[in-house]
Amino acid sequence: MTDELVEEMYILTDDRARELLDMLGKEKALQVLEAMVTIRAFEEKAEELYSLGKTHGTMHLSIGQEATALGASSAVRSGYDYLLNHHRGHGHCLAWGGEAGKMMAEFMGKETGYCRGRGGSMHIADVARNNLGANGIVAGGIPMAAGVGLSIRMRGTDQVCLVIFGDGAANTGPFHESLNMASIWNLPVIFLCENNQFAMSMPVPRAFNIERISRRASAYGIPGVTVDGNDFLAVYEVVSTAAERARAGQGPTLVESLTYRWRGHSRSDRQVYRTRQEVKEWQARDPINRFADRLQKAGLLSAELQESIRASATQGIEDALAFAEASPEPDLATILEGVYAD
Amino acid sequence: MLIETQAQTQSPPVVRTLTYAEALREAMRQAMHSDPSVFLMGEDIGVYGGAFGVTAGLIDEFGPERVRDTPISEATIAGACAGAALTGMHPVGEIQFMDFVTLSMEQLVLQAAKVRFMFGGKASVPMVLRMPAGSGTGAAAQHSESLESLFVHIPGLKVVMPSSPYDAKGLLLSSIYDGNPVIFVEHKLLYKTSGPVPEEMYRVPLSQTNLVRQGGDLTLVATSIMVPRALEAAGVLSQEGIQVEILDPRTLSPLDDHPIIDSVIKTGRALIVHEAPQTGGFGGEVAARIAGSRAFDYLEAPVRRLAGLDIPIPYNRNLERHTVPQVEDIVAEARRLARGEY
Repeated sequence: MTDELVEEMYILTDDRARELLDMLGKEKALQVLEAMVTIRAFEEKAEELYSLGKTHGTMHLSIGQEATALGASSAVRSGYDYLLNHHRGHGHCLAWGGEAGKMMAEFMGKETGYCRGRGGSMHIADVARNNLGANGIVAGGIPMAAGVGLSIRMRGTDQVCLVIFGDGAANTGPFHESLNMASIWNLPVIFLCENNQFAMSMPVPRAFNIERISRRASAYGIPGVTVDGNDFLAVYEVVSTAAERARAGQGPTLVESLTYRWRGHSRSDRQVYRTRQEVKEWQARDPINRFADRLQKAGLLSAELQESIRASATQGIEDALAFAEASPEPDLATILEGVYAD
Repeated sequence: MLIETQAQTQSPPVVRTLTYAEALREAMRQAMHSDPSVFLMGEDIGVYGGAFGVTAGLIDEFGPERVRDTPISEATIAGACAGAALTGMHPVGEIQFMDFVTLSMEQLVLQAAKVRFMFGGKASVPMVLRMPAGSGTGAAAQHSESLESLFVHIPGLKVVMPSSPYDAKGLLLSSIYDGNPVIFVEHKLLYKTSGPVPEEMYRVPLSQTNLVRQGGDLTLVATSIMVPRALEAAGVLSQEGIQVEILDPRTLSPLDDHPIIDSVIKTGRALIVHEAPQTGGFGGEVAARIAGSRAFDYLEAPVRRLAGLDIPIPYNRNLERHTVPQVEDIVAEARRLARGEY
């Protein structure tokens, strides 16, 4: 890494990490850990349900990326601020405060799901809490995020819009258009590029001729920063700064969160484009273990407490599954509902 | 035979004459005066007044925040309208030429049209995207398209095509407050046509086919500029003893087909006229609805279509004119159909 690029990589020092933990407080820090464990448990259960043939269609798992979801969501006011995210979005929805039961029901296509079983794994939205939905189209949410930012500005609130997209999205035309538009109009949007190293099978080094995607920010005259996406506190710090800028009327920021997708792109992926060794190296940087280690070192987490968090998260997912399984299928008589607003 | 136009019977006693462009502008002005959530965005709509002058002067009245010039970013114009609409605003976007909406397709077809249904009916996208279609300006193949049928095929979108100044204003006001994404297709050659337009903020309901002219011999379904051409043709045919009944769907999707079917039951003959190329065009849908309805038993002749040739719009004046139906073409086709010479 050259010196020039070091400046673009946010480095969280141990001192600053301790300060951040103090600021968060023990209760919130443990909630974050439990949420990360819940996301992992949700997705492992989703994987199991798929293997058992209990679900329909495909799914995109974010196992290994939990710190980015939590770091970003914790840095804004979920339910008041806005979220748009991408197809690998279970973690974002849970981190935003989504209910695992309604998510599981949606995953199983049930009427009680967030989208009444019409959206499925790839399109979960919690509109009532300003989660404007996961998107099946790479970069699909980015132009809408510019519009949400414009709406916030015109309505004169202090909300911000967090839009999460992958590395693949940064090579689309709408990414360019929207970052430019958000920049010229100084919109309160946080563009969070969750770089999990692959656009399906295309590795980032083959799809970009720059080392850091955050460098693209300079083309739009906005700040860009890359952060260790497997470190909850680092993501939290960087996105908090971006949110403060947005709220202060200083416009958008491009954040690149470096992480790694442990599982394949979707269920059909045989993963012939990467080595087991590479996956193992990233698994050694497990975001959940890293945050738990920090909490232990800070004296906030005992082995017993960690076990009880794990048990509670696992039970939460079992309850979610029970709710989903007991829920009704959509009534065929309602098939035409929801196409148009009355 | 009674010959009377619906527009005359509908209009209040004291009305001014406005052009189609002025009627559209008045609709936008009145909506913006009455509702702060209504705003305009598009390329060159500010001090330039829009490529066809439709928004001329509005920036002086409402300022650059609400009459918002955008960069050349059609995907994000459409997407930002959708994002703003999802979060409490009523955006009215302008795509400079309908041809350019091809650059917006993903945001319209996969986002704006889908989010409500995909999210279980829990979101709405009250946006309008205005765009001028049509040939006759010598602008050749990339600035003359009539692409409405692309959108008619997309559930979740509404497609509106006014043919008169009265309808232009009333339909635009209805579209702004409809609660759904509306593709509002204007015709360049109609901008300077004039007609009675009441001053009040009236609405012409969407999905209400208009009986423009009564006649007992033949049903003529026409859209956009083909409506005034059909009226002119009907005048010629009337002198030959052929009384044409003209219906203007005004909203192509969702289509109100009952008046069309009722008319064909009365006349036994149907001719559908539009500017867009015939193959895959809107006329096919209308023909199929007639043929598949109880009007089938009353048909005395095949259902006929008169539409644009299946070619791109050519530059040369004579070639361009020959590509789309003209008054004399409508007269000839209707005459053949009425006389059984098809």
